[in-house]
Amino acid sequence: MASKAVTALAGLLASREDKILAAWLSTLAGATADGRISRTEIETQARDFLRALRESMSGGDTSSTGSARLRDMLSSISRSRALLGFSPSETATFVFSLKLPLFEEIRAAHGSDGEALARDTWTLTELLDQLGLHTIEVFQKSREEIIQRQQDEISELSTPVVKLWNGILALPLIGTLDSARTQVVMENLLQSIVDNGAEIAIIDITGVPTVDTLVAQHLLKTVAAARLMGADCIVSGIRPQIAQTMVHLGVELNVVSKASLADAFALALTRIGRTVVPIRSGGSGQPRSTGAYPGALT
Amino acid sequence: MSTVTSEVLAIRTGDDVVRVRQGVRTAASKAGLSLVDQTKIITAASELARNTLDYGGGGTARIELVQEPMRRGVRIIFEDQGPGIPDVEQALSDGFTTGRGLGLGLGGSKRLCNEFRIETEAGKGTRVTIARWR
Ligand SMILES: Nc1ncnc2c1ncn2[C@@H]1O[C@H](COP(=O)(O)OP(=O)(O)OP(=O)(O)O)[C@@H](O)[C@H]1O
Ligand SMILES: [Mg+2]
Repeated sequence: MASKAVTALAGLLASREDKILAAWLSTLAGATADGRISRTEIETQARDFLRALRESMSGGDTSSTGSARLRDMLSSISRSRALLGFSPSETATFVFSLKLPLFEEIRAAHGSDGEALARDTWTLTELLDQLGLHTIEVFQKSREEIIQRQQDEISELSTPVVKLWNGILALPLIGTLDSARTQVVMENLLQSIVDNGAEIAIIDITGVPTVDTLVAQHLLKTVAAARLMGADCIVSGIRPQIAQTMVHLGVELNVVSKASLADAFALALTRIGRTVVPIRSGGSGQPRSTGAYPGALT
Repeated sequence: MSTVTSEVLAIRTGDDVVRVRQGVRTAASKAGLSLVDQTKIITAASELARNTLDYGGGGTARIELVQEPMRRGVRIIFEDQGPGIPDVEQALSDGFTTGRGLGLGLGGSKRLCNEFRIETEAGKGTRVTIARWR
């Protein structure tokens, strides 16, 4: 970046800082409208940024990408905006909206000197564009980190125990199972068995991507504990590839298992002496004796 | 043309074990492994990553996507600077554990892979290399 322009801009920033700040803040006012960020916070950020810009220019920093301090400052602003749910353009507007007030000052300062006007405007545009891009890049990276963290959390999701029928509970497990959370999920199940006086608990692992020895151990412990409390477990949703893998691992669950949650529910109903029948259909007046779930009868 | 793309992941926490599984899943599906083979190598990787964490005191997993003229697949190298395994044969036998596991992880991983190698030295650490080919 041309050093002549930097000197000129540094002078401008030094002598007109207050006026530039006021003009910039008025264009930034829209950003505070919905209350996600306070007016004082934006003011502090704008004032600090303007001061850092002046200092880096009067210090003779001629790099077109801005000083490390400016970039760090924007990085932290960007990250906090990402957390607050701002969009990338809302975030980048912070830097880009400084252009207009500065351009106006440049024009006022140079009057009819077209060459100086073009030179300073170009230099400033280049710098602010680079800083704006930096802002967006950091913003993007922060969003990715947030998404990654949310994904991790979802994959560790704790799962509710659902009551399917009097005496029948189901625990549909989703996601990875090897965290402390598994412990919580399993304890929830045992507590629900007690609370409901349940006889049968169906543990559905359709949503579990990997069953390794640790997961198997968790399942075994839960089945054993449930048994001690008088409930039998049925494991459902073991997919074919998982079944094969478990055989190679040498893991044996020693528990009744069913291909699907529906099959397991049907089995559970027969165990407690219930069956599902179709509701009376027009005219016949008699419920049919065959179960809607043939599996429930066998 | 043969290429090997690799990435190295640190194993320091339980979450890292999840990340290793995800990395292996990505590589295995890129390599074109069947769903069953993907599940096998992911499960083996999960076992070894956890051993690296629990017994090796943490370490790294190097996940390699191998695309050679004669074979395509995934190779994973687990390394730690832990205590090493004094008796590999014993460690491989089903049911042997010095922790509170089922003692099936090592032996099971061996059965789940096409290649399986343990290099270990007392006090220096352990390196386990596994691979699954298409
Ligand atoms: N990286 C390692 N460093 C040192 N010792 C190890 C390492 N990996 C395995 N071992 C030893 O080998 C034993 C057997 O390992 P294996 O994975 O088969 O069983 P486990 O981890 O104890 O239980 P499981 O894997 O079934 O949950 C371990 O108990 C441990 O003593
Ligand atoms: Mg193990």
